[in-house]
Amino acid sequence: MGELIRCTDVCKDYVRGAERVGVLRNVDLSVQDGTFTALMGPSGSGKTTLLNLIGGLDSPTSGEIEVDGLRLDSVNARALSAWRARSVGFVFQFYNLLPVLNAQRNVELPLLLTGLSRSERRKNAGLALEIVGLADRGKHKPGELSGGQQQRVAIARALVSDPCLLVCDEPTGDLDRSTADEILELLQTLHRELGKTIVMVTHDPRAADRAQHTLHMDKGRLVSNIEGLGTEVA
Amino acid sequence: MFRQTVNITTMNLRSVLSRKGSSSIIVVGIAGVVAVVVGLLAMSEGIRSALRETSHPDRVLVMRTGTQDEITGWLSAAEVNVLKGVDGIGTVSGELVVVVDLVTRETGKPGVAVARGVEASAFELRPDLTVVAGRPFQPGKNELLAGVNASDTYAGLDVGSKVNVRDALWEVVGHFDAGGRAHDSEVWMDLPIAQAAFRRDGVVSTARAMLDVGSDAALVSERIRQEPRLRADVVFERDFYARQSEAKTGMVETFAYLIGAIMGLGAVIASVNTMYSSVSTRSVEIGTLRALGFSNVPVVVSVMVEALLLALAGGLLGGAVVYVLYDGLVSSTLNVGSMSQVAFEFAVTPRLLLIGLGSALSLGAIGGLLPALRAARLPVVAALRSG
Repeated sequence: MGELIRCTDVCKDYVRGAERVGVLRNVDLSVQDGTFTALMGPSGSGKTTLLNLIGGLDSPTSGEIEVDGLRLDSVNARALSAWRARSVGFVFQFYNLLPVLNAQRNVELPLLLTGLSRSERRKNAGLALEIVGLADRGKHKPGELSGGQQQRVAIARALVSDPCLLVCDEPTGDLDRSTADEILELLQTLHRELGKTIVMVTHDPRAADRAQHTLHMDKGRLVSNIEGLGTEVA
Repeated sequence: MFRQTVNITTMNLRSVLSRKGSSSIIVVGIAGVVAVVVGLLAMSEGIRSALRETSHPDRVLVMRTGTQDEITGWLSAAEVNVLKGVDGIGTVSGELVVVVDLVTRETGKPGVAVARGVEASAFELRPDLTVVAGRPFQPGKNELLAGVNASDTYAGLDVGSKVNVRDALWEVVGHFDAGGRAHDSEVWMDLPIAQAAFRRDGVVSTARAMLDVGSDAALVSERIRQEPRLRADVVFERDFYARQSEAKTGMVETFAYLIGAIMGLGAVIASVNTMYSSVSTRSVEIGTLRALGFSNVPVVVSVMVEALLLALAGGLLGGAVVYVLYDGLVSSTLNVGSMSQVAFEFAVTPRLLLIGLGSALSLGAIGGLLPALRAARLPVVAALRSG
């Protein structure tokens, strides 16, 4: 099990009007391949910002971020897009499915960026839907599915290109307790059985309990590492 | 990249139906611009066509040197006789052209019409002119033959009715169809009677002449210029009517493009607004696609294609509306050259429809560009957060 994510002295500032606001301050982090990490903290603590940096959606103001051997802070936007398509699966709080596409086509989306044929794309999307237990819902549009089912489709979309990293931003934040448990169960299964590395932002301690270890953030800093197996906070 | 672009554009277009209200603003706005511009250009085209169709390639006007129109010109009977003897000139018709006051049928208000005093040779010169109702006027009598458009435009020109012109009652004895719309807006009468009524004894306004078959127009023209008993220029009918139509159509076309520009500005603002709204509605979608690894280009293309297709729909709608409502519609306008009414048909030609579609697509492209660039420049994180 090697290191998948390394953040070194990462800072992120946002400019609001004339003011520069430091959202992340000197964050050092190491996440091992194949681990399930929860990131907790109060609102505004910087956990989603850190997740966005790890997922290559944003760039740090300073510091180094290396994921799966690529220095994300030193590549251009085009290379970063290609890397995201190849290496990261995203799960969002509000699912972010495209309403005009059915579940099958939503899951196929990331595969449009690969060289796979149409039949291969269909086959892989069908397999991903099967993994999340929605093989029979491929023809349904998001509006015809429950919140839990939509999140399962979103997880299938995150899985379908077999990325090394899944980043989940409050994946159960919009779900009731029992549905949230089902989703968390699914994420645990993906981690355990498929060996996926998962970094999940959550407010919910019960959700965090499903992870192998939990990192806490406060005011832009990583402040503790609970059950620190495979994760180090410098 | 091509596959990305096709897929994202297709998805976007499928979502247009869920944004029917805002999308229809672009369609209706651009349809309005196209309808107005094409409608005005169709008017201009109709006027040009009406005047052009009056001309015959071998027919010329012989006009007093320096005059620009028939009303203000004059030639003596002696000059017309000299003209008849010029080598290369065939049939000659001296014609007195004056304006008469008539009542406009549509408004009931006074209007001006062209009255043309002619001899029998005028009919020989215009073999396509046919009497379609009643009979021709008889020489020496106060009788009128009204063009078909004149009888539609002015009251009191029905066959058998009498109309007061120059303090005398004239009987309308027939209607003619000249197949050329400028003449169709005129009333014709016997030349000597007209000369007496309008106190132009022995004088005509212009002479029309047919060149002999095979004669060299330039040579004939030069002979007339060199003839000391004639102070006149030769103008081909097509050039004469082209000059007459230029003043009118130039004004209409300038007006068309001016109004089109003002309305187009409004349509562009509406398009920009609608497309910004479209981008805003889709920002989470755009952010998600870019998070998944899609690049900016398909996003820009999808927004532009949406704007262009909506504009195309507007262009087709506007063109269809103006074609259905106006093509072939008969109207009349003041001919600046003779200060008389000239009837014309709106002509919505394929060329004008293409101009309309081109304008629509230009407006769509301008309206879509800024929102497309904004969509492309929006940071992924900001786009995702905007939901």
